[in-house]
Amino acid sequence: MARLNSRHAVQGLAALYFLVPIGASFWFTVDDPVEGVVFDAYTEGMASEGLTTSLTLSIGLGLATVALGLLLMVPTMVAVALHLPRLRRTVELLSMMPLVVPPIALVAGVSTVLSWDQDLADTPFYQTFQVLQNRDFPLILVLVYTVMSLPFLYRSLDAGLRAIDLRTLVEASRSLGASRTQTLRQVVVPNLRPAVVGGAVLSLAMVLGEFTVASVLSFRPFAVWMVEVQDSQPQLSVAAAMLSLLISWALLLVLTTLAGGRTSPRYESQKNQSQKNQSRNNQSGKNQRNSTS
Amino acid sequence: MSTTRTSGQRTPRRNRRRPRWPAVLPFFLFLAVCFGIPAGTMAMGAFTVTDPATGASRYGLDNVTDSLSGAYATGLTGSVRLSLFSALLATVLGTLTGQAVVASRRPALRKAVVAACGVLANFSGAPLAFAFIATLGTTGVVTRMFDLQRTGFSLYSFTGLVLAYLYFMIPLMVVAVLPALDGVRTQWQEAAASCGATRGQFWRHIGIPVLMPSLLGGAVLMFGTSFASHATAAVMTGSSVPLITIQISNALNGNVLVGQENLALAMSLNMVVIALLVMSVQIPLQRRSARWLG
Repeated sequence: MARLNSRHAVQGLAALYFLVPIGASFWFTVDDPVEGVVFDAYTEGMASEGLTTSLTLSIGLGLATVALGLLLMVPTMVAVALHLPRLRRTVELLSMMPLVVPPIALVAGVSTVLSWDQDLADTPFYQTFQVLQNRDFPLILVLVYTVMSLPFLYRSLDAGLRAIDLRTLVEASRSLGASRTQTLRQVVVPNLRPAVVGGAVLSLAMVLGEFTVASVLSFRPFAVWMVEVQDSQPQLSVAAAMLSLLISWALLLVLTTLAGGRTSPRYESQKNQSQKNQSRNNQSGKNQRNSTS
Repeated sequence: MSTTRTSGQRTPRRNRRRPRWPAVLPFFLFLAVCFGIPAGTMAMGAFTVTDPATGASRYGLDNVTDSLSGAYATGLTGSVRLSLFSALLATVLGTLTGQAVVASRRPALRKAVVAACGVLANFSGAPLAFAFIATLGTTGVVTRMFDLQRTGFSLYSFTGLVLAYLYFMIPLMVVAVLPALDGVRTQWQEAAASCGATRGQFWRHIGIPVLMPSLLGGAVLMFGTSFASHATAAVMTGSSVPLITIQISNALNGNVLVGQENLALAMSLNMVVIALLVMSVQIPLQRRSARWLG
């Protein structure tokens, strides 16, 4: 009984700690000292021009980042898994590098590189730098965000590739006469769908909430806008924070639905187990292949 | 050899050993340009000293020594202290929460907790700072309700930052540690119990040692997350708590002094070195934990 009580106490405390800030934030946005409960922050605030432009920019940047990241990572990881086992460690190491360099350190380097544009004024590079820093759609952010999303994509795709028998799939597809790109598009990617969706959603969530890089390079996506309006309209900025929580919740919902639903923990652990066995088999198979060649 | 001609239909595919590296070339090119150039610039810039008067630059250690002394040293140690403290708390609390979920054996609770953790682990940065300002800030809902100002509590402090960081670090730790906790088989507990061990003895002699590599791995992840975190602290406390990330962004945004930029680069380099040192602990650990929990 005592154990039961302590567990309930822990659950209660945890619920309090995690629910109170959300509840209090919501109350903060609707509580007006004079008029009582008003929903202006949501009704009028959501229609404000700054919110729509910044949110659209963030979503656009997010989609571009996901597209570029997948275009880079999927062919690379498939090629490495199939034909270039020796590059595996290198690709893993390089994909994880951005974890070691914090965003603020990365953007310190990026902003220094961008500050060279005066020296490049007479060269074609100058044009490139201008395009990269275009205020309507800063491509430089897409590039930096793609670097930052590589670890998510790598982990997710690596798990996905371990779960399928890639070699058999590709050989079957090729022997039926499909071209390389056809095989990639119509056989490999559909089989990797949960992994692709998982990596994509994580990267998208990262981009939508990103503040550091954008603010140092003085662009104005959603998170930066949110901070800028804090002084003049504190209620609106907190309402926007609530909105971003809702968006990430919706994204997670999309992820679980599209990835084909993981049902019970038992099923999950069985699946993990079989995946692990499979990857172990692959590993030993690969080692044999290496030693014979 | 004579068969080559007769089976001419098949030879092209067999013999056409197309090089495979073009498939991975875009990846390497992209990393070299978008990661290599900024990172290289950072390392070079950290060791470049620019004379403010003449604008001439030379290699030297001035920026690095500056970044390790005075206010900047305080910022660096402040960041390390905050990260160590919050990582320790998040590891312990996240593991306890995870174990409570695993032990309850109720699929509904587990599903709910995992889903909630997924959302909350991503609830960081500026939105998190706002949620805490709205709750515990000077005019926050809870502050006013309980008149916390009188107790001397301030959100814009070291404690406030730890409180806010734990909000996304505990869920992150739960997600990270759940697979390892699942790996601790009930059969082990039963075997230990049938040998007369108490629950405490089981955890002390079997559970914790087996989990140790995963726990340390999680702690490293927590440290890294907290160490790299900038937005929450920048929005919530401004520069009232000395942190290296905020000092870097101030140096970058201020850009009034020539050479200040290079100081930011030197501080960034310090961050990378510390992150590398901490992360290098994790690699041998992962191998060890795979042996038991794989």
